[in-house]
Amino acid sequence: MATDHESEPTTNDAQLITTDVQATGTGRNGEPTEPVVTARDLDVHYGAEQALNDVDIDIPEHRVTAIIGPSGCGKSTFLRCVNRMNDQIDSCRIDGELSFHGKNVYDEDVDPVALRRKIGMVFQKPNPFPKSIYDNVAYGLRVQGMAGDVDLDAAVERALRGAALWDEVNDQLDSSGLDLSGGQQQRLCIARAIAPDPEVILMDEPTSALDPVAASKIEDLIDDLADEYTVIIVTHNMQQAARISDKTAVFLTGGNLVEFDETPTIFENPADDRVEDYITGKFG
Amino acid sequence: MSTETNPGPGITGGGGAEEDMAANRRARRLLFGCAAITVVTTLAIFFVLLDNAASYFFGARFTEMLLGASAERSVTFTEFFTGARWAPDHATPAHGVLPIVFGTLAITVGAAFVSIPIGTATAIYLSEYASDGVRAKLKPTLEILAGIPTIVYGYFAIAFINPVVLSPIAETLFGINIGRYSMLSGMLVVGIMTIPMVSSISEDAMSAVPDDLRNGAYALGATKFDVSTKIVLPASISGVFASYILAVSRAIGETMAVTLAAGFNANITPNPFDEIMTMTAYMVSMARGTTAVGTVEYQSLFAVGLLLFVMTLAMNLCNDWFKRRFQEEYR
Ligand SMILES: Nc1ncnc2c1ncn2[C@@H]1O[C@H](COP(=O)(O)OP(=O)(O)O)[C@@H](O)[C@H]1O
Ligand SMILES: [Mg+2]
Repeated sequence: MATDHESEPTTNDAQLITTDVQATGTGRNGEPTEPVVTARDLDVHYGAEQALNDVDIDIPEHRVTAIIGPSGCGKSTFLRCVNRMNDQIDSCRIDGELSFHGKNVYDEDVDPVALRRKIGMVFQKPNPFPKSIYDNVAYGLRVQGMAGDVDLDAAVERALRGAALWDEVNDQLDSSGLDLSGGQQQRLCIARAIAPDPEVILMDEPTSALDPVAASKIEDLIDDLADEYTVIIVTHNMQQAARISDKTAVFLTGGNLVEFDETPTIFENPADDRVEDYITGKFG
Repeated sequence: MSTETNPGPGITGGGGAEEDMAANRRARRLLFGCAAITVVTTLAIFFVLLDNAASYFFGARFTEMLLGASAERSVTFTEFFTGARWAPDHATPAHGVLPIVFGTLAITVGAAFVSIPIGTATAIYLSEYASDGVRAKLKPTLEILAGIPTIVYGYFAIAFINPVVLSPIAETLFGINIGRYSMLSGMLVVGIMTIPMVSSISEDAMSAVPDDLRNGAYALGATKFDVSTKIVLPASISGVFASYILAVSRAIGETMAVTLAAGFNANITPNPFDEIMTMTAYMVSMARGTTAVGTVEYQSLFAVGLLLFVMTLAMNLCNDWFKRRFQEEYR
């Protein structure tokens, strides 16, 4: 680049990653972890409206990172940046950098289809396909062309076990996914997301459409998922964030990431007054 | 308002209540009357067809028989349904309906091979691929295509499809000299005519598929083509299929375009460049006014009309059955 106003003009991906390791600290087992998803100066606009403002974040591997904040502060927008689901929205414009293992996913040579095969997503409203339970779980493997390489039956079983749904549905794999209860449907969607064995799972308020019992089952499940996957979960339920996450990012109005730290620190001793106000309910 | 009566809790509506309710009843009767007109008309058409068709087969209408006319065999059902020559107005008449049923079915099937793939692909393009700008231009264009009078399509076939497109192909590739009319020309023109019907109804069904489902598939690394063919099409299949049945019904009953494109020569032929005759084309040619009331060829019109009526009715029943069988599954 001819006009580089960075103070360190030689910054490259490798250096970024090394510094980030220090920034991210240690994982659940005390070993140092690398950031899987990193954002640098990330700005998102929908038309003229700004949804994310200058976001910098390093999301650690194999841990649950919660994103909390009031409605409309850009939580879903951030999540959709990670797997480029924002590509579906015509008015959406993204500046800055969002990297997956150090590679900017908005580089020209990145294929969003390939990216989404590494990053699964679970939505707010359970959205199983109007297909059988089996076909729902196998869908990702099939479209990703993996159906021929793996034992599909075994993969479906593994995914359903992983989503704590196997015992409830193993005798009705051929019935429609729509016949399940809301909580089961959401676990089916989780099974569908983990079946192709992604590295990261994005969840956008996955329990907000469910009753408390179904929600708590999903919460338990999320804890288990972090052993194998990096989980990024958006929630507007602060108790949920406190219960299930290792790290918490607080977004506040205007699409600003105000504070990002270990979850106990955020809830017990936040550095930023605005975060304290938000946590204690004075704001948002 | 009278002050003596108990005004109640304010739900009797005061003095105007009686008139309001009467007006309500009048509106209800009027609307019912309008709805009844269509039902009565349908029944009347069916009855007239049936009654007149009776004179073709039994020598007298049912209504005449009730008044004492004796039934005598005119055209037997066996001849009608199995005879392979159709020429009721000929010097040596023949009453086998198969050639014109063949004509109608051949045009219908041929047209379906044009309208279903092109219409479905157009619907997928409009619903899944096209940008808003393209969609805003293409949809009205398709609606214009649907609004062109069918006689204009007929002239398009006779002036363009047959002489300019098909004739050189038939001549250079097969050495066949094609006349003014051909079965293939009829198939193509009816197919083109019914594309908008398939595309617009299918597109409505596809657009109604919730984005949640599309996003779920995209998030799993599905391509646009995967989403279109494996999510949207299956989820909208009942609407898409309804459009096919509608297009097929339309092709069965299609008259002006097919008469001008495919011709008036009732025969069963595998050669797509031959002139054929459909049931509707026969009815047009017989109903031109030179046919005297009461003759066998006049009566044959009603027999053919009745058969056509039954065929379209069967398509409608098929449509209803399919709709019930394959309800849109998504919420
Ligand atoms: N598809 C969209 N088109 C236009 N604006 C959007 C769209 N999605 C979100 N926004 C706007 O971006 C901002 C952030 O939205 P979102 O990321 O959904 O917030 P959150 O998930 O935190 O509630 C909001 O002001 C919202 O109105
Ligand atoms: Mg949201």
